[in-house]
Amino acid sequence: MVSIQNLHKRFGKNQVLKGVDLSINDGGIFAVLGPNGSGKTTLIKSLLGMVIPNKGNITVLGENVKKNSNYRHQIDYLPQIANFPSNLKVKELIRMIKDLRGNTTEDLRLIKLFKLEPFLDKKLGNLSGGTKQKVNLVLTFMFDCPLIILDEPTTGLDPISLIRLKDLIQAEKAKGKTILITSHIMSFVEEVSDEIVFLLEGQIYFKGSISALKTKTNQPNFEHAIASILTDNHA
Amino acid sequence: MKFKLALYATLIWGGAIYAQTIEVCNSCELSSLKSAIAIAKDFDTIRVQKGTYKEHNIVVDKPLTIVGVSYPVIDGELKGGIITITSDNVTVDGLFIINVGTSYTEDYAAIRVKRSKNFVIKNLVLEKLFFGIYIEKSSYGRVFHNKIIGDAVAEYNSGNGIQLWHSNHIEIEYNYVEHVRDGIYLEFSDDCLIKNNVSAENLRYGLHFMFSNNDVYQDNTFENNGAGVAVMFSKHIKMLNNTFKENWGTASYGLLLKEINDAEIIGNTFEENTIGINIEGSNRIKYKNNNFINNGWAIKVRGACYTNSITENNFLYNSFDIAYNSKVNDNIFDKNYWSNYTGYDLDKDGIGDVPYRPVKLFSYIVNRTPETIILLRSMFIDLINFSEKVSPVFTPDNLLDHNPQIKKITW
Amino acid sequence: MLKILKYSFYDLMRSRWSYVYFAFYLLLGIVLLFLNNDLSKAVITLMNVIIVLVPLIGTIFGVMYYYSSKEFTELLLAQPLKRSSIFLGQYLGVALSLTMSLILGLGIPFVFYGLFESSAIWDFSLLLITGAFLTFIFTALAFNIALSNENKIKGFGYAILLWLCLAIIYDGLFLMTLIMFEDYPLDKVSLIGTMLNPIDLSRTLILLKLDISALLGYTGAVFKQFFGTNFGLMVSFVMLTVWVLLPVVRIVYKSKKKDF
Repeated sequence: MVSIQNLHKRFGKNQVLKGVDLSINDGGIFAVLGPNGSGKTTLIKSLLGMVIPNKGNITVLGENVKKNSNYRHQIDYLPQIANFPSNLKVKELIRMIKDLRGNTTEDLRLIKLFKLEPFLDKKLGNLSGGTKQKVNLVLTFMFDCPLIILDEPTTGLDPISLIRLKDLIQAEKAKGKTILITSHIMSFVEEVSDEIVFLLEGQIYFKGSISALKTKTNQPNFEHAIASILTDNHA
Repeated sequence: MKFKLALYATLIWGGAIYAQTIEVCNSCELSSLKSAIAIAKDFDTIRVQKGTYKEHNIVVDKPLTIVGVSYPVIDGELKGGIITITSDNVTVDGLFIINVGTSYTEDYAAIRVKRSKNFVIKNLVLEKLFFGIYIEKSSYGRVFHNKIIGDAVAEYNSGNGIQLWHSNHIEIEYNYVEHVRDGIYLEFSDDCLIKNNVSAENLRYGLHFMFSNNDVYQDNTFENNGAGVAVMFSKHIKMLNNTFKENWGTASYGLLLKEINDAEIIGNTFEENTIGINIEGSNRIKYKNNNFINNGWAIKVRGACYTNSITENNFLYNSFDIAYNSKVNDNIFDKNYWSNYTGYDLDKDGIGDVPYRPVKLFSYIVNRTPETIILLRSMFIDLINFSEKVSPVFTPDNLLDHNPQIKKITW
Repeated sequence: MLKILKYSFYDLMRSRWSYVYFAFYLLLGIVLLFLNNDLSKAVITLMNVIIVLVPLIGTIFGVMYYYSSKEFTELLLAQPLKRSSIFLGQYLGVALSLTMSLILGLGIPFVFYGLFESSAIWDFSLLLITGAFLTFIFTALAFNIALSNENKIKGFGYAILLWLCLAIIYDGLFLMTLIMFEDYPLDKVSLIGTMLNPIDLSRTLILLKLDISALLGYTGAVFKQFFGTNFGLMVSFVMLTVWVLLPVVRIVYKSKKKDF
């Protein structure tokens, strides 16, 4: 599905990715974890072609990412902060994304799911953070793509919506899709992900299942396992 | 009553009562103008029928009336001057005169009037000419409704349309002159009236005065000449209600004044000239009720101009209103309308509450470095103009219109 | 690209700023006509205002739009779209909506005042064309500045500085150069100097219309050819087009290299 070789990225003097090698197989939920500034977002953005690597090679579904925009038809992306053109209405934004990516009817179901009907005629600038995130989710899940990337999907969501989101993710997984998630909410990660990728100082520190991580760090619970990695490496 | 009329007629026409009419035509007994003049008696009328008459050096030495019927052509075949009038009381009417010879030593003319009084030259058409109508040492004549069309290319080998030399009391009206050197030229000629003429596309000046005093020109149009009108070394000239248009070029003026005193310039329109009026060494001139529209410079003062008064004129959309090349000003600017005026009128009396300063710093700069004209209307230029306005350094600080009008003046 | 253009344009057409801009021009037009009572004079005043104000508004608005739509841009970047079409689409959206505000804002009062029966219509059209060119040029320059500066404050600073330089400082230096070298033939230099600044270039177009009588007073042969024939008009338009194209090419180039 995704294969990354020797990925380097520098922002000015700041070397963010220092030779990341990663391959992600078809199907399953992968969580990309790491402390702040470890390069999670940069890694995801490199995948999406938003960040242009200094060195290295990325292929998504067999297509090289470099100077190519077509492969993104196969990716659903949920950006971290949803900030849309404030003068567009929700309805128009959805129509616009459909216009850009192709038609679908899935949006109607999702709108119903997140109870967004009353907001369809509101301007995006007037929505609360949580509602915006729901709109964001609709935009992401309304297409049927083999690869889904979610950057902090839980931000601003109320408990009910959070449950719906988890259901959605599981449903997509059941379809055999590959889902890439970054999150700070460890319980969420533990609950949904099959495998985690732990980034530390621009390199992959760990890749494997949660239980493997627990064994490796000798910690009974996931959160402590993560914490121990961090303390060990900073000590 | 009838008796009285007859008496007047006798008095006015004198010998004309006994005058005869002599016919000239190509197939007549008299087939040339010269032969007709030779046999004519004083006050006879010679009728020239339609046709072409190849003649030059025709001398009219007795008081005759020469009338063309349907514009007969007098063709000088480029051999020299064509008609010369040496007698008083001659009238020439309705001829088509072409092919005047060109010479560098003699001023050949289509019609020359020499030491004559009371002549009338009217309804002529002159083409292919060197000089058109040349009047020397004559007086009390009329030049009326003639059309003079030259084909002048260079100044040195072309002549003037209508030229007056040492003549006075001449009336020049309703003539049309184009493509000659000077449309109308007056030298040492006083008390003349030049009215309702059109002078266009001439190489040098539409109208040109040298050493001529007490003349009046009014209601004329000067368009697209090298320069519209040049008035030089003359006194008491009245310039009324003329139009000066589109005289474009490096040394192009609507009106050029040089060493002129006591003139009146009233009711004229200066439109789209590079320089509306260019003034040099001219004093006591009254400028009133003129329109200056879309000129590069409305008035350019080149120095030594004293006690002129410029009042109640309209200055509309000129790139520069007034240009001065010195810091001294002795001229009065008052009650004009300036379209560039940005002041206000709080007391609503129709007069701006802040005086207007028509000379801009930028006009001083352009005078010094002409290429800077390319920066006209730049914001930077506006800024420096403003600072100069606040505290004049380079421009005359007493050059102000204290009563700038808020509305365009009508008269 | 056209889709992005369409949505950016819609978005902007509904934004408060477009209305402010539109209202500003509407007001300017009405006030000028009211004060002058004369179409031709209002057009002349407008020309002076336009060549200074349009670049200012274009740069500020361009920079502002870029920064404020940053997240949206990121959303678009994740879609299967080419980078160049995203940025060109946004750029054209901003430039077009600004141009629309300009044309409608000024056009409406003038049309009501009887523009179509007036001889000022050509001057007015030239004014709008020049205004449109300036909008396209300065919005493109603004996008360049914003693309090169992540820091918003810095971006705004550079935008204002750019405007100050081209609108005022450039002419000051230009004038000083001309005066300093006044003993040399300067007509070519002065024309080239004009070509290198889009504001001066538009000013020249306006001079051609309003001040031709004054310009023809200058002796230089190059000047005469430039201002006396249609040559000047053609060259100016070609140069304005170049001035639009150069920054646009840089937008495309820069956007391909940039990380988001």
